Amino acid sequence: MSQRISEFLVGLVFGLGLLLSGMTDPGKVQGFLDLAGAWDPSLAFVMGGAVLVGLGAFALARRRTQTFLGGALQLPKSGEIDRRLLAGALLFGAGWGLAGFCPGPALVTAAMLEPKALLFVAAMLAGMALYEWKGAAR
Amino acid sequence: MTIDWDHFTPTLSLAGGLLLGLAAAAFILVNGRILGISGIVGGLSAAVRGRADRSDLGWRLAFLVGLLVSPLAAKTLAAAGLWPADVPAAPRIAAGTLAIVAAGLLVGYGTRLGSGCTSGHGVCGLSRLSPRSLVATLVFMGAGFVTVFVLRHVV
Repeated sequence: MSQRISEFLVGLVFGLGLLLSGMTDPGKVQGFLDLAGAWDPSLAFVMGGAVLVGLGAFALARRRTQTFLGGALQLPKSGEIDRRLLAGALLFGAGWGLAGFCPGPALVTAAMLEPKALLFVAAMLAGMALYEWKGAAR
Repeated sequence: MTIDWDHFTPTLSLAGGLLLGLAAAAFILVNGRILGISGIVGGLSAAVRGRADRSDLGWRLAFLVGLLVSPLAAKTLAAAGLWPADVPAAPRIAAGTLAIVAAGLLVGYGTRLGSGCTSGHGVCGLSRLSPRSLVATLVFMGAGFVTVFVLRHVV
């Protein structure tokens, strides 16, 4: 149960972080990605703040074998830099620039019942299902 | 290059970023998992259709419920004076319906193919000093820069 409460709280804090940082505003995201126009550097501060805390946390995680709750600590094995990774990141980046939404902020904005965010999330889930379906066909 | 001073929010964005880092830190150290939204959602949709282990439906759902109630929580905190009243600002969504659908499909398919998005590769991957995530982050940011350049300055 404490696991579930922690997962819920982590989701909540992550959502609050997205709201506070401005990531839930596609105009702000596109403003950051628009180097040739009026540039909004805010997202660099978001990433900087997040990675600053993250560096310490993952340095600690690497030295542990168990979580604070005594569970398994699942650090990813370092995978290959292959075509899948590059193609996936390329497609994702194009979609991110096109609408200004990445998955987390889209879900939070959809929860605010913003029609275009709801539509984006529906299309995103369809895109994920398409990937699963293609995988099943392989 | 000109700076968009009207929309630049260094303090709020840094504070928000620290919260994102705190959430990612708690997720690995308390729950033992990488905080990656596309992986959490993708795994959920796969599990619902019986393509993945159903035993990890619980943690995915618990996280997502927390994420989805965050706007309500912000509103409640703001009413109590514990949250800036003007946050979140109304989202500025320039994309039309067709672009939204295309972008959603690209983001959904691309994040699954590339095994991560801004949170998993960006926040967690860079914090882990993973070369693979650094490459992914540079590629998706690069693609984002090019897309917005074409969108705003070419077409």
